[in-house]
Amino acid sequence: MQAQAIQLKGATRFIILSELIIPFILLILGVLLGLFQVLARAGILKTDGILGINYYQGLTLHGVINAIVFTTFFAVAFGNAIMLHQLQRPLKMGVQWASWLLMVGGTLMAAWAMLTGRATVLYTFYLPMVAHWTFYLGATLLLIGSILPYFLDWIPNTLAWRRENPNAKLPLAVLGNLVNFTLWFLIILPLATTVLFQMLPMSLGWLQETNVLVSRTLFWFFGHALVYFWLLPSYIMLYTMLPKLAGGKLYSDPAARLAFLLFLLFSIPVGLHHQYTEGGLSSGWKLWHAFLTFMVAMPSFITAFTVAASLEHAGRNNGAQGLFGWMSKLPYWSKEGDRWLFAYFISGLILFLFGGITGIVNASYNMNLVVHNTAWIVGHFHTTVGGLVTLSFLGMTLFLIAKLRGVEVKAKSLALAAPYLWMVGFVIFEIALSVAGLQGVPRRTNLGLSYLNPVMPDHYRPDWLFWSHVGALGGMVAVLGFIFFTVSLVGTLFAKPVKQPEIDFPIAEAIHDQPTPLVVNLRPWVTATLLLIAISYTYPLYESMTRGIIANAPGYRSEGNSLQPPQPPQEQTRLPE
Amino acid sequence: MDRFEKRAMALALSLVLMFFGLVVYAAKGLQADLPTCLPYKREIQRGNFTEVGPKRYQVDAVAFMWSFDMGQGNTVTVPRGAVVDFYVTSRDVMHGYHIDKTLANLMAIPGAVTYARVKFDKAGEYQILCHEYCGLGHQNMVGRIIVE
Repeated sequence: MQAQAIQLKGATRFIILSELIIPFILLILGVLLGLFQVLARAGILKTDGILGINYYQGLTLHGVINAIVFTTFFAVAFGNAIMLHQLQRPLKMGVQWASWLLMVGGTLMAAWAMLTGRATVLYTFYLPMVAHWTFYLGATLLLIGSILPYFLDWIPNTLAWRRENPNAKLPLAVLGNLVNFTLWFLIILPLATTVLFQMLPMSLGWLQETNVLVSRTLFWFFGHALVYFWLLPSYIMLYTMLPKLAGGKLYSDPAARLAFLLFLLFSIPVGLHHQYTEGGLSSGWKLWHAFLTFMVAMPSFITAFTVAASLEHAGRNNGAQGLFGWMSKLPYWSKEGDRWLFAYFISGLILFLFGGITGIVNASYNMNLVVHNTAWIVGHFHTTVGGLVTLSFLGMTLFLIAKLRGVEVKAKSLALAAPYLWMVGFVIFEIALSVAGLQGVPRRTNLGLSYLNPVMPDHYRPDWLFWSHVGALGGMVAVLGFIFFTVSLVGTLFAKPVKQPEIDFPIAEAIHDQPTPLVVNLRPWVTATLLLIAISYTYPLYESMTRGIIANAPGYRSEGNSLQPPQPPQEQTRLPE
Repeated sequence: MDRFEKRAMALALSLVLMFFGLVVYAAKGLQADLPTCLPYKREIQRGNFTEVGPKRYQVDAVAFMWSFDMGQGNTVTVPRGAVVDFYVTSRDVMHGYHIDKTLANLMAIPGAVTYARVKFDKAGEYQILCHEYCGLGHQNMVGRIIVE
């Protein structure tokens, strides 16, 4: 059953369009700050800030905007569009407005805190650094707003669709989207626990000291599955749209469903692999999380096979001969219809190859000791979240804006060149930062002021100069691609409408589509997920609350970008004599 | 699922299991293991450097904004071939403790102690880098181990 194009107007159209445009405006700032960072990290700029924005304040903005605000807004907008198109049922506008107001209001609060130097705590905001309360409350509102449509709109709509189509299989994109937001809901809980019971009370001055290790453990309970929350919308596009754009069909529908469900199962109980180098947690449990991290590589391996098989099928459909001929018969540079989107997916996939390999290195327990918190990590996630995720999100943003405005994409050549420049830039960046990381270059450091500054004899490391410069070159190439993209997007945004606004995704049919009971009933998967989380996190959390920690830590407030030490305990007011 | 798919999955699974087996071998067989929860409570208030035996040393390192206190300031000197036990903690916010060119790559957590043992076989100077953001002076936070 193929879903038809769905006409859109009024509030639904406004909500989806603005959920794409608002984060994109912020993303421009985020990307420009990234450019400043590569220049500072190469020692080309030796300054503590630019245009009144301190380096670490800019790094906070770069991380929060690019990795949290842009991705969350996009996931909601894309989820809305997918549910609308695939289920052919209207969105519930009351829910959508509430979600919109919470997300936009929360983002503005957090942005105020960051821009005024009251939340220079980086996007991991580790305690006992304490940001202004508006930062935590803003982030909380953004997350609550992002989960509302799942509970109050998408689930009721899916159940209603089920009642109307009792024998039909849930559309693959809907399954992917529901899995993604189920994951999102499950991981918001531990994050909310540390934000509401530790960070916010400290920020408001209600709590003077707190357990740092337990906060970190709760943060990474959330933090690693977060990357799958970014990734799954991309996987939905790879499974449902890429094969059709390439001119073929999805190789296997059950394999795609299995991949989504394996992500649900394995992506949460792996957070300790971000805490390998911390005391206070037993290495045995770290090894268990390492094992599960290897297991969560499985759905990505399945995806690699299914996507490659689908592309081979498409290439042969397009007339390819021989074993590898199909690779040359794909629409790498096609301006026909929606096919330009292919360039975004294929560039993202090439980057993700690097991301997957470096990710397995990071997960590898003791091998992590070589790369932990070095530039290697920065290289890694700029090919995952900065690679496949960003490219597919940008491509889909442009696609949806064109559809929702009823226009053709403007400056298509620039829109086609953009993902390739981004890809080349980040391949250079990734190789450079990997080598630099192996040389010991640290991750979150303004190198231009210290290690790459010849006037700092205790710090200066001339052996780090070369690869840091190569990294800066990669960053500049990628930013050029982003400028091309922005030109095309702005042109599309202000072009004169020529059609009715609509949503119509190019959804591929499947070659192998036999019913597979294992992937139809979702209840056992959710039960197994909860069980595995309980097994993997009960003891580490107990340990971080008792054995691992010796003393609670007082908070250090971010004010004017610097961290203010805690006030000495106030003397007791003297009793009247 | 067709047979190509099954083969691809079996291959992928054997690959990740092989990686995991190698990781376990490196950890338990070659002793390249991760920091763990100390079996006793050890609170460190200030830095300390002690010789505990022939060519055996213990360093208590307290990280703070923005240097390391290791008993004699931010530098310790040990002879070549020394085996050094590092106990690392923080006095204020999160810090990092990465001894360049070694596997000692640790987080300094306020209220917790992280432990690692390093054998220094090569003479030279080893920078200790703070690799976790800890405020505006983070980039200046460096220590040193001199192996003679």
